[in-house]
Amino acid sequence: MSEATQLQPEVQQLLSDKEYKFGFKTEIDSDTLPKGLNERVVREISRRKEEPDSVLDFRLEAYRRWLEMKEPTWAHVDYPPIDFQDFSYYSAPKNKKKYKSLDDVPKEILETFTKLGIPLDEQKRISNVAVDAVFDSVSVATTHKKKLAEAGIIFCSISEAMVEYPELIEKYLGSVVPAGDNFYSALNSAVFTDGSFVYIPPNTKCPMELSTYFRMNEKETGQFERTLIVAAENSYVSYIEGCTAPQFDTRQLHAAVVELVALDNAEIKYSTVQNWYPGDKETGAGGIYNFVTKRGICKGKNSKISWTQIETGSAITWKYPSCILRGDNSVGEFYSVALTTGHQQADTGTKMLHLGKNTRSVIISKGIAADTSSNAYRGRVLMSPVAAGSRNFTQCDSLLVGSKSSAHTFPYIEGGNSSSRVEHEASTSKISEEQLMYLMQRGISKEAAVSTIVNGFCKDIFDRLPMEFTVEAEKLLSLKLEGVVG
Amino acid sequence: MLVIDNLVAGFEGMDILKGISLTVNKGEIHSIMGPNGAGKSTFSKTLVGHPEYPASSGSVTLDGKNLLEMEPDQRAREGLFMAYQNPVEIPGVNNVEFLRMAYNAKRAHLGLEEADPMDFQDIIQEKMGLLSMSGVFMERDVNEGYSGGEKKKNEILQMAVLEPKVAILDEIDSGLDIDALKVVAENIMKLKNENTALIVITHYQRLLDYIKPDHIHILSQGRIVKSGGPELALELESTGYNGFNTEAA
Repeated sequence: MSEATQLQPEVQQLLSDKEYKFGFKTEIDSDTLPKGLNERVVREISRRKEEPDSVLDFRLEAYRRWLEMKEPTWAHVDYPPIDFQDFSYYSAPKNKKKYKSLDDVPKEILETFTKLGIPLDEQKRISNVAVDAVFDSVSVATTHKKKLAEAGIIFCSISEAMVEYPELIEKYLGSVVPAGDNFYSALNSAVFTDGSFVYIPPNTKCPMELSTYFRMNEKETGQFERTLIVAAENSYVSYIEGCTAPQFDTRQLHAAVVELVALDNAEIKYSTVQNWYPGDKETGAGGIYNFVTKRGICKGKNSKISWTQIETGSAITWKYPSCILRGDNSVGEFYSVALTTGHQQADTGTKMLHLGKNTRSVIISKGIAADTSSNAYRGRVLMSPVAAGSRNFTQCDSLLVGSKSSAHTFPYIEGGNSSSRVEHEASTSKISEEQLMYLMQRGISKEAAVSTIVNGFCKDIFDRLPMEFTVEAEKLLSLKLEGVVG
Repeated sequence: MLVIDNLVAGFEGMDILKGISLTVNKGEIHSIMGPNGAGKSTFSKTLVGHPEYPASSGSVTLDGKNLLEMEPDQRAREGLFMAYQNPVEIPGVNNVEFLRMAYNAKRAHLGLEEADPMDFQDIIQEKMGLLSMSGVFMERDVNEGYSGGEKKKNEILQMAVLEPKVAILDEIDSGLDIDALKVVAENIMKLKNENTALIVITHYQRLLDYIKPDHIHILSQGRIVKSGGPELALELESTGYNGFNTEAA
């Protein structure tokens, strides 16, 4: 392992065991709102977070919209109806209201993050990655703040940003994913609790990777984080998101919203390694329902947004990181690996909305389905009549492991103009007996052979990850594939 | 020592091998020759444990260990190797990394320390030197986009790295022009030593100009119809397989 990979953050230590290793729960007194959702709950969340009125108004508006909306049913996933009154919408470790410094953070929480491989204290923390650690509904610590501040970069919890940078929040919060965008984003807008805020000032290249690590601890709690990243003119940032949760036999709900804004010549690279608890491998009991709205806007000319996701967890994944290519010559990219095993169901993909001239988008999706899981790619490419000279290239490859899994592809191509071009390639294959046999004939075990073939299948995507994560992503896949029959 | 005793095996429930017995001692070269459909590929696939070509009776032991009870990867780690007629492509998997995995699987089996990428570079360089390989293709993915000759050379390189007790060369001459054939055959001979026995499966006598077998066995309709020394190949050259078929009947 090279030096660079030893410096890496979140996943490394999490990967060495067969079982879902992050399934432990931290025993800590928490201040959890009673189950249920109504306007009082929304007001209470806002009050506890001491938000400005403008944010409360945003929440209430979203809540009212949500009441009128219906849960979407078009995704290729199957689950019993969710009783949204059966969750608690706010849970915070009982202690002080705000952590002014690491000294205020309960030691159980610090230990939790250390156990997850993300030490937060000054001596041990990871040197080339700044981490914002979110525990249930609260951001507990953000590392490397000072160094970032010297470059004029803001990296803090969104709660803090609402108080400290109200103008930026007012300008950009909800500007990419409006409150009423969809059922889950409306729910998130009403009850979001914490998340990260990033602002990169003009002409600035962020000197380190920024990362948020989400840990969902409390049982029957929803986690609704909200992330907002704004890259001003001529700036660059690479951001990584990691997630785990304890193992419960009841379902947990996760409905996040991520908004990215790239101004002229700015570039945002957003990478996700998602490993929420997927539920019991044999029975499918428990696991996270992951309903996420991620969207970026290439607002300025020559701007670029690139989504890379490694999706391995959750019982249900409903997620379509998208790009609105408004600026002329802007570029949107979506690189995805989605692995489902056991009883997992994933419906994931992207939307590329070409509004500006000479805009480009690339979609490369690799779906791997093993055991009795179901894995769907769903993508929409829209070429507006004015997006002259624009291009999209889409490649969706599915790999089936075993004979009980299924893969599906739902591409939607819309609009167009005489000078734009859309290309779509799709393939579905099975791990071939001959490939397995060839590797095994060289003495490689069947499990290692399956994971080698799958990792090879995903290589194009892994190569796009920040270097520190490539090795971890491969290990994560191998770990998930253990016990899977080829 | 590989001992095959009265091996019956087939494909989709149909017996193709109808009782093969063969003993291959340490360091010997045996050649299995036969026409299309004689059961040559079934023979090699059954030996390495291909799940679609199971043995229904008989036994196969390598140094006393029952190979038929082992999974294909265990058989390989015990020292059984097959150079494929048509090596498969494995996209996205770097060839050197693949070789290192295979090498380390064997090392682990022997209770030896695994080689890290740096150590392995030295090992692979040495083996490539031995085989006079330049190997630009080495850096590509396993067999992907290799020419026919490169694929075969890569098989022999794997053999060099794994140092098997018994190597089955399954129609290693197919698809090679005469120059490439010569290089591949000479490389095989460089690897052959008193610890490595070879089972050379081929249609044609021409390969045996370079790899001189100690024993030749003629396979026809699932049986070894005749065994003999090198002279048998020449006999075959003049009479063809037909003569042997009638003998079998």
